[in-house]
Amino acid sequence: MKALIGLGLVLTAAVVAPSGVPTPPRPTKDSATSVKAFMAVYKVLMSPRCMNCHPAGDNPLQGDDSHSHTMGVRRGPDGRGVYAMKCANCHQPENTPGLHTPPGNPKWRLPPADTPMVFQGRSPGELARQLLDPVRNGGRTKQQLYDHMAKDDLVGWGWHPGEGRTLPPLSRPAFAAQVKIWLDNGAYAPREFTKKSTN
Amino acid sequence: MPLLWALRDLLGLTGTKYGCGIAQCGACTVHLNGEAIRSCVTKVSRAVGGQVTTIEGLSPNNDHPLQRAWIELNVPQCGYCQSGQLMAAAVLLRENPHPTDQDIDDALSGNLCRCGTYSRIRQAIHKAARLQQEGGGL
Repeated sequence: MKALIGLGLVLTAAVVAPSGVPTPPRPTKDSATSVKAFMAVYKVLMSPRCMNCHPAGDNPLQGDDSHSHTMGVRRGPDGRGVYAMKCANCHQPENTPGLHTPPGNPKWRLPPADTPMVFQGRSPGELARQLLDPVRNGGRTKQQLYDHMAKDDLVGWGWHPGEGRTLPPLSRPAFAAQVKIWLDNGAYAPREFTKKSTN
Repeated sequence: MPLLWALRDLLGLTGTKYGCGIAQCGACTVHLNGEAIRSCVTKVSRAVGGQVTTIEGLSPNNDHPLQRAWIELNVPQCGYCQSGQLMAAAVLLRENPHPTDQDIDDALSGNLCRCGTYSRIRQAIHKAARLQQEGGGL
C-alpha cells in the first residue's frame, strides 16, 4: 500500500508544476516502440502500391513484380512525364475499369526529379532517415509527413488500386497509426547491421 | 462513353483509330487542351469545356510540317497507327523544336507501329523540325 501511495505521489508530481498549474505530459521517447512501428511502416512503403511510384531510376515501376513501366515512361522534371508521354495522358482522374488498364487519380505522378524520394532499394534505416530529412522529403515537417501518409489522396489510392493489384500489408488506418507511433516516440531510424567478414 | 467513340461514331471523325482500348498502343491519340491523351480510356466528361484536336484538325490543309515530312518520306506503311504517331509527334515538336533521337524515343515510345516504321518516323520528325525552323510553322 505504501508503494502504491508513493507511486501516486510521483505521478502527481509529474503532471502538476510547483505553481499548481497542470503541465502537459512530456512526450514519450521510446526508441524500441518507434523502431518497431517504423518496421511496420516500412513494409507498406516497400509494397508495390507505394514503391512503384518511388523508383530508384527515372522510370516508374508497374505491377506486383515492380517491373519497369512499359513504353519507356520517363519521370520528367516535375514528375509528370515528358512530351506525349505525360502521366495524365493515360492515367485518368479515376481507375479505368478492367484488368491491365491504367490506374488513376487526379494527382497521378512521380516525385519531381530534384526530389525523387526514392524508396526502391532503401534499407529501413536509410528510408527512415530520408523521410525525416526536409532536403530529401520535399521540405515536409513531421506533421506534414504524417499528413501525407495518413491523408493524401494520391497515397490513399494505394488502398483503392483497381483490379488485379494487391493491397499494402496494412490497412490505411493501421498504417497511419504506425506512422504516428513512429513519429510520437522519437522517429527513430532502425540501426543498420553490417555483416562482418569471417575471412 | 470514351472520347474516341464520340469522335468516331457521333462526329464522324474517323481519322483517330481504335487499337487496344486500354491505352497501350497510342492509335487513339488526340490532343485535349494541347496534351496527347489516349481517347480510348478518356471519358467524354473529361473533355467537357476543353479543346479537342484530332488529326483532321492538326492543320487546315494537311500542311503541318509533320504532315509534309510524313508525305515526303513515305512514312506510313499500312497507316493505321499514323494519326496517333503524328499527334504525339506534334506535342514533341511544340515542346522541343530540336529533338534528339532520344527525345523522339521518349516522346513516342508509347505509340506502337506493327509495320515497324519507327526509323522513318524518326527521320520525318527530324525533317519536320527543320521545316518548322525554316518557317513552315505549326
